[in-house]
Amino acid sequence: MTEKQAITTGVSEAPPRASEWKRFRRVFFQRKLVLFGLIILALLVLTAILAPLLTSYSPTQGNMTESLQQPSWKHLLGTDLQGRDTLARLIYGSRMALAVGFGSVLFAGAIGIILGLVAGYFGGITNMIIMRIMDALMGFPMILLALVISAVLGSGLLNVIIALSVATLPGYARVMHGLTLSIRENDFILAEQGMGASNIRTMFWHILPNGLPPMIVLITLQLGALILAEAGLSFLGLGIRPPNAAWGAMVADGRRYLLTFPWLSLAPGVAIMLVVFAFNLVGDGLRDALDPRLRGLL
Amino acid sequence: MTSYIIRRLLMTIVILFIVTLIIFFVMQLLPGDPLVIFMGQQAGSGGISQEQLQELYVRYGLDKPLIVQYFNWVGGVLRGNMGESIYYHEDVGVLLLERFPVTLDLGIKSFVLYNILGVIMGMIAALRRGKLIDSFATVISYIGVSIPVFWLGILLIYIFGLRLDWFPIIGYTLPTEDLLKNIHQSVLPVFCLSLMGWAVIARQTRSSVLEVISQDYIRTAWSKGLTERAIIFRHILKNSLIPVITVMGIGLGLMFGGQVFIEQVFAIPGVGRLLVSSVFAQDYQVVQSATLVIAAIVIVVNLIVDISYGWFDPRIRYG
Repeated sequence: MTEKQAITTGVSEAPPRASEWKRFRRVFFQRKLVLFGLIILALLVLTAILAPLLTSYSPTQGNMTESLQQPSWKHLLGTDLQGRDTLARLIYGSRMALAVGFGSVLFAGAIGIILGLVAGYFGGITNMIIMRIMDALMGFPMILLALVISAVLGSGLLNVIIALSVATLPGYARVMHGLTLSIRENDFILAEQGMGASNIRTMFWHILPNGLPPMIVLITLQLGALILAEAGLSFLGLGIRPPNAAWGAMVADGRRYLLTFPWLSLAPGVAIMLVVFAFNLVGDGLRDALDPRLRGLL
Repeated sequence: MTSYIIRRLLMTIVILFIVTLIIFFVMQLLPGDPLVIFMGQQAGSGGISQEQLQELYVRYGLDKPLIVQYFNWVGGVLRGNMGESIYYHEDVGVLLLERFPVTLDLGIKSFVLYNILGVIMGMIAALRRGKLIDSFATVISYIGVSIPVFWLGILLIYIFGLRLDWFPIIGYTLPTEDLLKNIHQSVLPVFCLSLMGWAVIARQTRSSVLEVISQDYIRTAWSKGLTERAIIFRHILKNSLIPVITVMGIGLGLMFGGQVFIEQVFAIPGVGRLLVSSVFAQDYQVVQSATLVIAAIVIVVNLIVDISYGWFDPRIRYG
């Protein structure tokens, strides 16, 4: 629409919605790397859901007569000390990785977004208190905070989720806080308030939806970081409780047999890396596709 | 500038105060009594009587109310007295001081390495945008942020230690004792520690250089007839490094996190390893002080980064 037309019709230039979706699809699916990431993630989710169909071995119950075997047709990646099939443990490990990833994102994302929203919207002393606590939490290296908290809570799926949620909480709060500050300045928020909308309504119906695209990007990237952190905690023995299959713990357990059975330790690491890699690729793809500043460039 | 520094300093003090609160109260949630662990150690020597237990509670200040314990701890840390380790029966400050040079040595090497490599790789990738080297840099930086650092350590131990026998697989020697041995032993751990920072810095440098290249003053520099060398180093590099500085602080936090794992994998007696073993021994005096020291370092470095950022870029200072 030219400038002249805009003036005569009195309509400001708003990009039509349909083209926005088209642009998203074009930018997002155009890059092969992003597509590669999406395929890995799809495979991961399928693996987690279909785990019992993909392998007939149990991830926790081993056959002691088949302890420590080299890869064979029977056990594609060999077996560990307890005679458990490594491939089966890898397959079931995807469930733990996804459970921790999505569990922490839901938990920390929900709380962090609300904290950031409240701090940014109300400002003043509320903002001061919330954001300084978030700054303090950010002062810790993420993995260190998670380590200390899981040490306090003990190992186990739920405790790992809690520990990682506390450690990643400030990230969401900070981004949402910044978004709220800028979205709040828009005229449509003023109009909404002028019409008597409550604070809750303004925050959750108007500011939050406008801040969602960057939050979705952050969440996707966080999923990768969380799976990496969970693997680290499990590696140290502070994560998922044995005998449950967790990739990080598998790396640690297999270490003792590195010279004779390198796959015990190396295969789960490849799984962790691929999944984190995929989340990072898709996260970056989403960012470019959702970033309005790149409109016209991409 | 002065008021900006003072404002940032005050904020840092407030944040450090909250950090101590968080650490202290998280540690209070610890299950199990640290003294019970202590008694477990003493079991061989015939156990401990109720009176002795009471005496120990008093000795470690555990009989006092929480708020008093908190101020005792913070006050002690400020005076350089971090209490006594329940597990090692040694002063926590001494324990930390013994291990700190090790962590610092590896940390500084990695910090220098990842910043130099990251900036060079990011620069080249941006200047040769779309070329093979750019794709290579992109892949490296994706791998750097996706690879589990402990697994990378194990992989390198397997390839370069066990298979090729180029580097020792475990152990650490202080550079003051034997410099050559120190360097030889540091190669693998330092590489592992720096990879993530390398990736983060390279990405930031690349996008920042790309932004600077399209600025008008770069076109002016070209049209003035400056050499490519002068433009790259005096105009592009200098201006594009400003946003990179902020990421250096983030890289530091990541690196400290990585040291917890790398010291474990390579059996290096640093702060990270002390922290992990103390977590398992439920030696909360050590855990809380070590955590505080690391957090304080990260926060202070980020303060310095923020201030230098304001100094380099006046737009921030007055914003």
